[in-house]
Amino acid sequence: MNPILECRNLSKKYCNHFYALNDLTLSLDSGQIVGLLGPNGSGKTTLIKLINGLLNPSSGEVLIDGKAPGVDTKKIVSYLPERTYLDESMKVRDIIRFFADFYDNFITDRAYQMLSDLEISADARLRTLSKGTKEKVQLILVMSRDAKLYILDEPIGGVDPAARDYILHTILANYNEESTILLSTHLIHDIENILDRVVFLKEGRLAMNAPVDDIRMEQGRSVDTLFREVFRC
Amino acid sequence: MPWDLDNDRPIYLQLMERIQQDIVSGVYKAGDKLPSVRELAIDAAVNPNTMQKALSELERDGLVHSRRTSGRFITEDETMLKNLRDELASRHIQDFMEKMKQLGFQEKETLEKLQDTIKRGTLI
Repeated sequence: MNPILECRNLSKKYCNHFYALNDLTLSLDSGQIVGLLGPNGSGKTTLIKLINGLLNPSSGEVLIDGKAPGVDTKKIVSYLPERTYLDESMKVRDIIRFFADFYDNFITDRAYQMLSDLEISADARLRTLSKGTKEKVQLILVMSRDAKLYILDEPIGGVDPAARDYILHTILANYNEESTILLSTHLIHDIENILDRVVFLKEGRLAMNAPVDDIRMEQGRSVDTLFREVFRC
Repeated sequence: MPWDLDNDRPIYLQLMERIQQDIVSGVYKAGDKLPSVRELAIDAAVNPNTMQKALSELERDGLVHSRRTSGRFITEDETMLKNLRDELASRHIQDFMEKMKQLGFQEKETLEKLQDTIKRGTLI
């Protein structure tokens, strides 16, 4: 079986001299929740954009389920970008219809269930929702697909702690054991317990790729504490 | 409510301890069926694979056993349950003794304090 995500000597150079990613080699198996961690500017979003085909590598390659990013991989990757790309004048209900039309693996019932759990009206226009609620709607759209790889770029950044708990709950409840979730965040402490493993990036390079419990066993401290020590400013 | 977990120890060990605690305190009784891995993981707000690992370890210890297709059950072996209870008690006592030592109490003083407290009836 192919690893769900494989990066081979992947580099991305900006402006001919700055490496946002530098010779990254990484392989992730299916059935895990993986935290993509690193300080600002360490290459997290660049990696995510390369996986989604929004950027092209300067050298090396990235493979999703054995294939280069393209139409086939977009069918199996469900991506939550940092910033919204949705038409703010649309109603939540219309966006759901749009997604159901666009993606074969979108489960409309699941989306409505999550909306009702979070008490979000399907008739609200996106523009009228708060920043946090918009983030929730986007996460609902992403988690309502039956994908093989979910890529969540900062999914809990802008929401309050109660909503954060619900979002983590949503991720756990909708995560299928054969799929993989790659989730980037600065809020390590909040998500540490739901991760299988963490991938640390530092200045575009892989600094660590290890299971959370192995780190705790070997270091006797949490990933959050370790992160703060490794990246002390 | 997510389970209360420490930061500095492996998560699966803490999940094992919590389930052991729940068995001893009667949340689960001998022979009871445990909720599914997913239900437990969601309840604890932890990764399902980590919960799976905790349950597999408990299974290896013989405290729970799985019946094909019908789920996981708490052992009905009363001796094993009694041993577990004793073991948890020893662990708590060791922690307590360690902390009293850090406060500078000799074992004898600790014992007197303990007897005092019991006598005054602040503990039931």
